[in-house]
Order: sequence, then structure tokens, then C-alpha cells
Amino acid sequence: MSAVLEVFAKEFRENLRDRRTVIAALIFGPVFVPLLFAVSLLLMVEHTFPTGDVPLELAVAHGERAPNLIGQLREYGVHVTEIAADDAAARAAVVTHRYALVLAVPPDYGRRIAAGEPAPLLLYADSSDTSTQRDLTRLRGVLARYNSVLARLRLMARGIDPLLLSAVAPQEVDVSTPASRSVLVLGMLSYLVLLTMLMGGFYLAIDATAGERERGSLEPLLTLPVPRERLIYGKVLAAGAFMLLSLTLTVTGLAIVLRFVGLERLGMSVNFGPATALAAIACCAPLVPLGAALMTIVAAFTRTYREAQTYLGFVLLVPTLPLVFAGAMGLKPSTALMAVPSLSQHFLILSLLRSEPLPSGQVALSVGVTLALGALLVAAAGRLYRREALLG
Amino acid sequence: MIEAQGLTKSFGAVTAVRNVSFRAADGAITGLLGPNGAGKSTTLRLLATVLRADAGDARIDGVSVRGEPLEARRCMGVLPHAAGIYPQLTARENITYFGALYGMARAEREARARELIAELEMREFADRRARGFSQGQRLKTALARALVHRPQNVILDEPTNGLDVMAVRTLRALLGRLREAGHCVLLSSHVMQEVAALCDSIVVIAGGEVLAEGRPQAIREQAGCADLEEAFVRITAREGVA
Repeated sequence: MSAVLEVFAKEFRENLRDRRTVIAALIFGPVFVPLLFAVSLLLMVEHTFPTGDVPLELAVAHGERAPNLIGQLREYGVHVTEIAADDAAARAAVVTHRYALVLAVPPDYGRRIAAGEPAPLLLYADSSDTSTQRDLTRLRGVLARYNSVLARLRLMARGIDPLLLSAVAPQEVDVSTPASRSVLVLGMLSYLVLLTMLMGGFYLAIDATAGERERGSLEPLLTLPVPRERLIYGKVLAAGAFMLLSLTLTVTGLAIVLRFVGLERLGMSVNFGPATALAAIACCAPLVPLGAALMTIVAAFTRTYREAQTYLGFVLLVPTLPLVFAGAMGLKPSTALMAVPSLSQHFLILSLLRSEPLPSGQVALSVGVTLALGALLVAAAGRLYRREALLG
Repeated sequence: MIEAQGLTKSFGAVTAVRNVSFRAADGAITGLLGPNGAGKSTTLRLLATVLRADAGDARIDGVSVRGEPLEARRCMGVLPHAAGIYPQLTARENITYFGALYGMARAEREARARELIAELEMREFADRRARGFSQGQRLKTALARALVHRPQNVILDEPTNGLDVMAVRTLRALLGRLREAGHCVLLSSHVMQEVAALCDSIVVIAGGEVLAEGRPQAIREQAGCADLEEAFVRITAREGVA
């Protein structure tokens, strides 16, 4: 056992002195990722928040044909700019982004309104421009309101109760809590946490296997009176320690950053205090042996440092695949899915963020299966190191 | 003492070493001499238990490398070909790391590292990281690392390769001291003059087989010529393997 610890201590110390490993494990994940996350959240907050206060900008061609409509639009708070434009000019104005929205009143508008026939209005907008979507929705609402008022007035003029128009009156009751709404935004958080955790052990796993062989220090190591599998156990342990360090720092960084983002302005509460952070770390930690052993095995199979980097890049994607599938297929946590490593950790983190109780059976299944698979892979790594072909 | 008995090793269809037997005695430097690709490195790797022989065995001070490889490894210090050291560790840490893996207590391995640093004249770079070491500094570190547990038997694979004159002299002096102290030293080389100058006993190997074994004088007589280099060429040519 002491040989395992000696190898662990040496790999740990040596890699703490390696700038690349330290940047990847202790700077990139724990500092860069929370900051990036915070910036994107802040942008989202800034983007969503001010909707109601900003007047809706609308260019109107031939507004003189519909004075009532224009008056109503202005009353609803729409900032109307009168322009002179025919169909082609209106199109061009939208395409060139001179105006986001152009409303054109056709010549027969007044006649049709007077006759009680549907009066056409042309609304020019660019549906591929996502930044105008919100304005377009607002304008549609305003026009629908005007339409409804006009229709009801006509019914009343004919002596019909306008309530007949409302056959059903649907009302939405939103049962989402501030915490559960924030999960939409924080859905990628578990993905980032798992990725940075793997990144933590990335360079150490390469350095301790492919790097060791490339340097020519593997052969002397194999002449020592230490069973080979103990050497690899020490290396896996060191990679795991770096992953755990990276995980802890990243979650801590996220917890600190989320405190300052101000998600409550979006009507969300971020349930990410010290207790949740600790629980999140505890949920992800069982994945450490699995990830460390997987990266070590793949790196040990490659011939050079560069080759190892390439293949480990793919390995980084493997644990994130279940998350992508879960997101695309809208998977919900179930007992069977809790047996899938990395997916179960993702579900557990989501539940933590929603402040939902964690079913102890599912937690046990997640931890148990992940740890068991990790133990299997660690044993496989030991077998791999007993092979003669290891020297290459 | 190292005794190889009928060592045989194949890699796929290629037989790298065939029925190799020889003896390297205590208090002597034995040279494994042969052209490139003769099977020298494979033979030394079989002795060092890095590879496992298909047939045959070797005894290191009587311990079988096939039967008790871990015990056999304790009896020898090995300097493989192009041995690398850890760039982020200092020379001293490189030495004590191996000491730790040999199971030496902290105080013991640190004392031994001090001793080796003095003996190999490593003081000026002992506590620098190995990243920028010269070839000679790297060799000294690797050598000290191989000797940290005071092995009775020392195996070196092409130790003088790529070294400058000063480094070669340091190495020769060290090997001489090991011989005086009664150690068994086994080294491989393809450089005739080096073996002639250094070794008490020579094992000529080519094509994976031992062609001649004995004192330099005996090798010359066996080949029927006065010059060792000429003898080497004749012996390897006679077998049609070089």
C-alpha cells in the first residue's frame, strides 16, 4: 500500500509544479467557468429585464388612412414613426434594418372598416432576426387588442352581447417556484461541473502514463520491486485527487458567483448556499474514480503525449453524451436512468437546485453503480499495466 | 552475481534472443558486446524482469527472475537505455522517489541521496529541477537513482551513449569503484574500445545468440588474432549473423 501512496504523492507534487496541469485543473475550471457562466447569466438578465418599459418602435406607412388605429397604437404606448413607403420600400427598410417593424395601411382600409368587412393590414418583419421577436409579439398583442375592441363595439351596435365572443376563458395557473424556474437557466450547470471535473485530471492522466513512457522514465520504474498494478493505482489516485480538487474549487466558484448575479431579478431564486454546494460535490465525487480510471486507461494505450491528448479529448465528451441525450429527449429522472453514470449526477444536481427531496433509493443507486463501475475500471487499469506490451 | 540460463524471447515471428547463457561474476565488470539489433537490450530487459522470457531463466544472486521477479529486482539496480528522469522534480527528489519505492525509510533514503550526490559530484545541480539538465547531469541522476538501494548487481544498457568525455570518465571511475567494492557490473555496448578498456570479461552477442564468452585475451585467442576489434568482426562474420 505504501508504494501506491508514494507514487500518488510524487505524481501530485510533480503535477502541482507543472504550469499546464495547474492551469487546466485549478485555473481554467474553477475561475474561468464560473466567470463565463456569470457573464452569460448577466447578459440574460439584462436582456430579459427591461421589456415593458421601453416603448415599442413602429414605422407606419400611410397612417393617414387609419387615424383611429394610429391614435389607439399611440395610446397603448407604441412609438409611431410615419414614413412614406410603398411595398418594395417597406420590405427594403426591414431588410436593411432601418426599421425593425413596418406597418402598411392599404388604400381600401378605410372603406372596408366602414363596411364592416375584414380590413387588411400589412406587417413587415424579419422572422429570422431573433432580436425583433419580442417586439413583434408585443405588436401582435396590441393589434389583437384593437381588433377585439372594434369587434365588440360592432356587436354592441347590432344589439348582441359581446360576451358571446368569449366561449371559454382559459386561465393559466403557473405553479413553478422561483427555484424551479431558475433550473431552466442553470440546466447547463451540471454539464459544466462534470466537464471541469474531468479536465482536472486530464493532463495528470496523460503525464503519468503516455508522458512517462515518452520521457523514458517508465522502464526504470518497472525495474522497481513494486507490483505494476500498484504503480497505476497511485497514478489513478493522483488523477482523482486533482479531479476532486478541481470539482471542489469549481463548485465553490459557482456558488460565489451566483450570489452576485442577481437571478432574483428574473423571478428566480438560486438555491446554491454552502450546504447545496457541499451536496453537489458529494453527488459528483463518486464519478471521480470512474473518470480518473477511464482517462488513465485511454492515455496508457496511446504512444505519445500528443496522441493521448487527442484521444482524451474524445473521452471528455463521453460522460457529457448522456446529458445531451437527456436534454434532447426530455428525459425525466427514473430509477433505471439513475443507474447511468454522469446522467444520474446531472439529475441529482438538478434536484438539488430545485430544492427537491432526493429519494434515498435513487441516490444510493447512483452512488453504488457509479462507484462499482469505477472500481471495475481501476481494476482494468491494473491489468493493463501488467501487460508486457506496455513498454511499446 | 548474474547467471543467464538459456534465455529465449520472441516478439511475434521474430526471435530476438535465442538460448542466451552467460555468467557475470562479483567484483568484475562484464561487457555484453554486439552490433545494433543483436539482442543486447532484450537480454538486459529479461534480466531486469521488464520482459518475461519465453524459455530459460536467470538468477540474480541465486534468485530466479521468473520465479521471484520482485525479490530479484531488489538485488539489482538497472539503468535502461535512454533512461528518463522526472523534469519537475529536482535531482535529489528523483533519487529519493526511487528510494521510497524500494521501501527505504525517509531518513535512510535522504542520507543515501546525500552520499550519492557527493560521490557522483552532483552538488551544484542536486536541488535544481531536472527540466534543463545536460545529458551528463541526466545520466548522473539516473545512475544515482539506480544505485539508491545499494544493489549488489548493477545492469547498464549502453550507458556511455551520447556522453561527452568528462561524463564518460566519471562513469568509468564509478564503475571501477563498484568493482573494487565487490559488486557485479553488467553493461552492454556496441563500442569495442570501450569494452576493451573497461571490462574484465566479455560476452559477444549477435543475432540473438552468444557467440563467445571470456576474458578479452581468451576472445582474441578464440578468434585467432591479436586485435579485439578484428576478433569481434571475425567471430560475428563466422556465424554469418552480423
